[in-house]
Amino acid sequence: MTPPTGRGPLHLAAAIDLPEVHEAAPYAELALLAERGALDFVTLGDSFARPGPDALAVAAGIAPRTGRVGLVPTVTTTHTEPFHVQAAVATLDWVSRGRAGWLVDVSATEAEARLFGRRPAAPREELWREAGDVADAATRLWDSWEDDAEIRDVATGRFIDRDKLHHVDFEGSTFSVRGPSIVPRPPQGHPVRVVDATAPPARETAARHADVALVRAASALQADAARAELRGLAARSGRDPDALRVFAALVVDLGGGECAAEPGHGGGPLPTAQGPAYRGGPVDLAELIAGWHRAGAVDGFHLTPLEPRRDLERLVNGTVALLQHRGLFRTFYPGSTLREHLGLARPANRYAQLAGKPGSLVGEPS
Amino acid sequence: MTQRPERHRQIHLAAHFPGVNSTTVWSDPRSGSHIDFSSFEHLARTAERGLFDFFFLAEGLRPREHKGRIHDLDVVGRPESLTVLSALAAVTERLGLAGTVSATFNEPFELARRFAALDHLSGGRAAWNVVTTSDAFTGENFRRGGYLDRADRYTRAAEFLATARELWDSWTPQGRPRPFAHHGEHFRIEGEFTSPRSPQGHPVVIQAGDSSEGREFAASAADVIFTRHGTLEAGRAFYADVKGRLAAYGRHADELKIMPGVTWVLGDTAAEAQEKAAEIRREQVSPQNAILALEQVWGVDLSSYDPDGPLPAIDPEPASELAQGRVKITDPFAVAAKWRALSEAKGLSIRQTVIETTARQSFIGTPASVAEQMAEFVGADAADGFILVPHLTPGGLDDFVGKVVPLLQERGAYRTEYRGATLRSHLGLREPVWKG
Repeated sequence: MTPPTGRGPLHLAAAIDLPEVHEAAPYAELALLAERGALDFVTLGDSFARPGPDALAVAAGIAPRTGRVGLVPTVTTTHTEPFHVQAAVATLDWVSRGRAGWLVDVSATEAEARLFGRRPAAPREELWREAGDVADAATRLWDSWEDDAEIRDVATGRFIDRDKLHHVDFEGSTFSVRGPSIVPRPPQGHPVRVVDATAPPARETAARHADVALVRAASALQADAARAELRGLAARSGRDPDALRVFAALVVDLGGGECAAEPGHGGGPLPTAQGPAYRGGPVDLAELIAGWHRAGAVDGFHLTPLEPRRDLERLVNGTVALLQHRGLFRTFYPGSTLREHLGLARPANRYAQLAGKPGSLVGEPS
Repeated sequence: MTQRPERHRQIHLAAHFPGVNSTTVWSDPRSGSHIDFSSFEHLARTAERGLFDFFFLAEGLRPREHKGRIHDLDVVGRPESLTVLSALAAVTERLGLAGTVSATFNEPFELARRFAALDHLSGGRAAWNVVTTSDAFTGENFRRGGYLDRADRYTRAAEFLATARELWDSWTPQGRPRPFAHHGEHFRIEGEFTSPRSPQGHPVVIQAGDSSEGREFAASAADVIFTRHGTLEAGRAFYADVKGRLAAYGRHADELKIMPGVTWVLGDTAAEAQEKAAEIRREQVSPQNAILALEQVWGVDLSSYDPDGPLPAIDPEPASELAQGRVKITDPFAVAAKWRALSEAKGLSIRQTVIETTARQSFIGTPASVAEQMAEFVGADAADGFILVPHLTPGGLDDFVGKVVPLLQERGAYRTEYRGATLRSHLGLREPVWKG
């Protein structure tokens, strides 16, 4: 499908954080609402620094209650074990049947370091370099099983073909992993990696390792500049920039009525402590989304509702419905995996040899 | 028939998901995926239909190796426990959800948080099977590496669990975080925990392992102990020993449930069950698996031996590093001598000897006789219940729940409904005192 405007199909994602809620049902309700709007994915924030549930566990709890929407929990890389992180994300992909993502983040504070007592706080630049190592090691571990490693060959008594399992022997500056993973290659090959690339220390890591980069931008111009920079960095690191989706990240407050923006807001986002915030009606938000996308500034939007239940409902029933009505956003999921929603190919396995393996010819351009 | 002493002793049942082990018969045409979520869902729903206390997942943090190559004969690969259990919480209502997680290659803050999340998401059904490893082979996958001495395993595990309990107790009854500080030998950590007290207060703690340190750890700190004592005599001795250790910690005998992992084979007649049992043992010990089992005892390459021929005449190689990621055989000479004696006495081949010595089923018979054996086991203080280890994924529990559970219920030896909502209530365990 060739879209009438913009650089490609419009993508939409939303945060469904509910501070202080530890049961699954309220999250599942929000995820189902997002799914009704055919959103690409929902995110769950996480941090050891403030009260709140484990995002990956919540995402797993939502998985069987939903059918299509992508599930992207935050998992930090500073105090966690890379081997456990990749296994948990791969498992989320198995339990959601190919809908897992991973919002990669770091834990930069001294307070977080004291919760673990293993290493002192480090500068963000270092932590983001390490996060890149963790993301890199994770994809190697996801590839450490070839897709057809399980053979169940009764004649030879072999359950797997051991030649299709690989040690990864990853050596980072702060950790090493021998591999292979304990989890067979997940349905998407590589679950989708998302990085908030707003702050400079995260940008290089996002360009190298993210499938989706989030950029907190206050204008189309700002978003466009960030997108161009990320694509340039991606190309310089040897990636195809078209394999990177850049989303504008906005806080949205849709409590102000059907159409009218706050006086003086002009319909555009204003800076707040949580980043650029849009305040107004669902119709004006649809205008903003259509405008930025038409200008080619972004591939999509990640929206963080100020009041989750209220704003997500207005977003789906108002903004999304309007974008769909105008033919700017899909009305159903043509595929079943998060990669398919995002138009990203299932990556080829780096360890699979090309000879005699037609499956490995299908993959993202390198 | 007996006096039905079991009427007063309710049997506890749990289900093990048969993942990576040497008993799963993956070659059976009824064997399905061991990794698709639908398999976990099927087995968990079956266990819940059978009113089981909990569903149990094992752990392995590196694929096993043999002769420096990845072991390829048994099921290889499994999902990460806590993530699967969090998803299962959404498709079950009462079933306890138990995950095995190493206290060696994790940190108390993160793990206490993940188990608190599972307890919240499941409405009070979480359990943690605390295991340790001193194995540098596994350590190669972790920042920690293989640093931990064997002697430190249980001291770290005990401090780990005590620290986790401090975190689970750290919020005020009014639902506000309160600073904690733990300064011990293994952990020096402080700050605020991120989770309010979970429905069970503390997730149920399971311990698996038979060493004296393991038994002492269980007596001091566990709610359930997972054992391998499959015979009535061995079970009674273990039961008396472990229950006898509780008083020293100010605990009552009922506060620790002893649950051996067991297998079963059902037939319409006793003879049919025996026949099926023999067939399953043959499937579990393929010719290749028989040689592998032999190599693990002898510690040398025996691939040139005929599995249908006699045992090797050579002596085992002590202190072999042949197999990695498996339980080490502590006295290979004794095992080899026992196997040889058996082989000579009965005229058994290598494969037949391995089948005789390693592939034992616990309960074989008609549904009625299996129900009776189980009730007898519990009535005789050899166990409080059982963790059932099916040999098929995911339908391996179907026959037990369909045929044996109703008979246990008829005998009055098993519940006919869940009375409470939490795993602690299924196990008859009190909520831990909130040291808030």
